[in-house]
Amino acid sequence: MSRQANRGTESKKMSSELFTLTYGALVTQLCKDYENDEDVNKQLDKILCSHFLPRGYNIGVRLIEDFLARSNVGKCHDFRETADVIAKVAFKMYLGITPSITNWSPAGDEFSLILENNPLVDFVELPDNHSSLIYSNLLCGVLRGALEMVQMAVEAKFVQDTLKGDGVTEIRMRFIRRIEDNLPVGEE
Amino acid sequence: MAIFSVYVVNKAGGLIYQLDSYAPRAEAEKTFSYPLDLLLKLHDERVLVAFGQRDGIRVGHAVLAINGKDVNGKYTADGKEVLEYLGNPANYPVSVRFGRPRLTSNEKLMLASMFHSLFAIGSQLSPEQGSSGIEMLETDTFKLHCFQTLTGIKFVVLADPRQAGIDSLLRKIYEIYSDFALKNPFYSLEMPIRCELFDQNLKLALEVAEKAGTFGPGS
Repeated sequence: MSRQANRGTESKKMSSELFTLTYGALVTQLCKDYENDEDVNKQLDKILCSHFLPRGYNIGVRLIEDFLARSNVGKCHDFRETADVIAKVAFKMYLGITPSITNWSPAGDEFSLILENNPLVDFVELPDNHSSLIYSNLLCGVLRGALEMVQMAVEAKFVQDTLKGDGVTEIRMRFIRRIEDNLPVGEE
Repeated sequence: MAIFSVYVVNKAGGLIYQLDSYAPRAEAEKTFSYPLDLLLKLHDERVLVAFGQRDGIRVGHAVLAINGKDVNGKYTADGKEVLEYLGNPANYPVSVRFGRPRLTSNEKLMLASMFHSLFAIGSQLSPEQGSSGIEMLETDTFKLHCFQTLTGIKFVVLADPRQAGIDSLLRKIYEIYSDFALKNPFYSLEMPIRCELFDQNLKLALEVAEKAGTFGPGS
């Protein structure tokens, strides 16, 4: 539909920097909200990280419907298909990048997404007092929330981060289980 | 109006949105003198015509208003019972409006959850695995189209049997839902949708679909 096509290119050109700025503002606001004592700085980073996850989760549960409505992908029947769809369709649609999928575990239930460049951190440097902040942890929450809505419980965490000096950004995704309660009818 | 209603049902089978967009049903208002030549009966908290048809008043029509004032189920606006009122010759001549009874919102809720259960039964009855569930229900006066998303939300559209293009309308409604309901931060998931923008855009989409789709078997 023409509306979809227009939206796609327009929104990518227009909002990528706005998006980076917005994300940065969110992080700094969270830092301010929880900054009350030098002594608990180390702990703060942990708290901050754990506060991104729920926010990301809320984004994820809503984003999945938008994704399904626009991308027309069918049901994924195994974790490999899911990984493909996440990397090639979802990341491309929303962040404009296509991460590569590597490091499959022998059981096929864990894989890594390697992002050469992370649009969220285009203009960011981590200051010393937040050296253990996982800046893009929101992404993990988004992935977790979105997959939960399609009956998959997963764990997503950052293994490498360009903000900390690593060459690439790596997110490790682990499949925990299929969520059997509250299945939409017709799925078994 | 070729598209009659839209229903949105959440994962648990609860109705979260409903829109009726058909033209007003046939209603007939007549002045009667005693005795009333229609036989009325009480059914389901409404007063219905049991027997006797004339001038556009059919069996099954409900009493909608007496002397211009809407009735409240089986009671008049003043709190008297309709059957008693119409049985009393002192109240005549009286003007009564009859018409097809509308569904109350409670009834719609019940029907939506019943459809949700039927949908589940439908996919379990399937001889093949991985059935999609009920996609269409056809009668001589309307067709019901249903689309269930991978996340369990069902979009149901009731339309004229000749109306084409409902499948793409269902996908469009899904997009409108993901835009105006989900991106609204004040809307909680699985709750009734009360978003102005969703209403407006949905009505627009229905109009577009009606205009586009009637180039069906007729032309």
